[in-house]
Amino acid sequence: MSNAVVVIQNLSKTYGEISALHDINIKVMQGESFGLIGPDGAGKTTLFRILTTLLLPDSGSVAVCGFDVQKDYKAVRASIGYMPERFSLYQDLTVEENLAFFASVFGTTIRANYELIQDIYEQIEPFKNRRAGDLSGGMKQKLALSCALIHKPQVIFLDEPTTGVDAVSRKEFWQMLAKLKQSGITILVSTPYMDEAELCDRVALIQHGRIMDIDRPSAITSTFSGPLFALKSKQMYRLMRCLKAYEHTKSVFAFGDSIHYTDVRAENPIKAIRQHLQRHGFDDLEIEEIRPGIEDTFMALMEHKSESL
Amino acid sequence: MTTTVIDVSELTRKFGDFTAVDRISFQVLKGEIFGFLGANGAGKTTAIRMLIGLLRPTSGKASVSGFDVYTQTEAIKKSIGYMSQKFSLYQDLTVEENIRFYAGIYGLSDENIVEKSADVLERLALHPVRKSLIKELPLGWKQKLAFSIAMIHDPKIVFLDEPTGGVDPITRRQFWDMIYASADNGVTIFVTTHYMDEAEYCNRVSIMVDGRIAAMDSPRELKTAFQVKKMDDVFVKLARPTGAQTA
Repeated sequence: MSNAVVVIQNLSKTYGEISALHDINIKVMQGESFGLIGPDGAGKTTLFRILTTLLLPDSGSVAVCGFDVQKDYKAVRASIGYMPERFSLYQDLTVEENLAFFASVFGTTIRANYELIQDIYEQIEPFKNRRAGDLSGGMKQKLALSCALIHKPQVIFLDEPTTGVDAVSRKEFWQMLAKLKQSGITILVSTPYMDEAELCDRVALIQHGRIMDIDRPSAITSTFSGPLFALKSKQMYRLMRCLKAYEHTKSVFAFGDSIHYTDVRAENPIKAIRQHLQRHGFDDLEIEEIRPGIEDTFMALMEHKSESL
Repeated sequence: MTTTVIDVSELTRKFGDFTAVDRISFQVLKGEIFGFLGANGAGKTTAIRMLIGLLRPTSGKASVSGFDVYTQTEAIKKSIGYMSQKFSLYQDLTVEENIRFYAGIYGLSDENIVEKSADVLERLALHPVRKSLIKELPLGWKQKLAFSIAMIHDPKIVFLDEPTGGVDPITRRQFWDMIYASADNGVTIFVTTHYMDEAEYCNRVSIMVDGRIAAMDSPRELKTAFQVKKMDDVFVKLARPTGAQTA
């Protein structure tokens, strides 16, 4: 059994009358990559700020690397790396100066831990004399990650590293994380992109400051109730409207080039759906049962929550 | 449906030695949902800024709603709607104040403003929070409101720059319902996004790579041409043509 690096128990935080986090319980094990998946305003940044000792919880207990985030905040700070959502390095220092600065603050040198950042830093090293403020978005991100890693932390917190980043660069960033994980470092990462959940060992789905589910991605998607169908036609918008008006529809959501649909009936509804849609002039209908993804499950949980409110 | 509302020919913008937008050409038709995709730094924002009259091109031609991007920038600004993820509404004004402010900017009459405000609040079910500050609202509500406000002067074209970034998955879909409804009414939608599933919702998409338009067609045709199943894969193939990984 490996050690828990992050232990959060009954954590709550309010801002005035707004409940930012409500009764959060999370345990993250050593060497795990753990994703906090949720939209803007779900409470992800608040949680990260508490974990990194930048914000105090109202109630509950939080330990990082065995240290309490309130009582032993200095020990926590020495053990963690943090990459905030907003670029927070010194814009007027060069790439190399930033890295040297962060190393010295933590009482180490670039050379001492170079191995850990080598793969990442090598890509920006040709620009080491450029001021950080003049770097492109992708290079800033690599420098920020290098600075967060330079003191060889046990755990690293990455707050929405891929927000506003294009699809290809997002993939490359996750490849970088996969490599980093091999060095044994624990990674906590937050993201609003549901497809990135599948790249984590375990995830917490978070919405309105509450955790809706917490598990391995495959275990979370297996909680999706009922078969899910993907439908395609050349007239997608009309198909969408037709399905929304269909009396047996449980849920219907656009999903890129197809529509994801669940039915209220117990027996396999494919034949009945096909007949119904044929009557409405869909001659080119494609329909198949598919495995639900995280986004399907997230939306089902959201709907469930809003019904129970 | 064949009226051209955006007409771009060899449009170019240089910053010093750097060519941010390199002789791009395309037309967008009335009522079309046109996806303007590209990696970060490919030149999308520079191109959009030229089209909405905020940045003078270095060379080439472009007209928006029939107005020239060199000489008629004020006419362009009046005839289009615009919203982005980064800037849309004033956080310290209420819902109602934001609506009134933008309607005023666009020169709507007082009676028209009252009517439009009531209409927007009703359609988005925001009446109960009309006196709340924007900063107190969830992002999804804000973005739906920002879209309605961008449409308040009944523009023929609306530019949406990453309108759904960070928005929860259900609200993101409601947002696209609004886009479809507007396009159905003949409004032209010019939209950028990093969500590749949203690229599939566009009638046509263009993909910019290093300042040029590397591909432009309907999602279906692009997927056929690149022999892939998802727009995501088209994007990857174009943005990293050599297959080289930088990470």
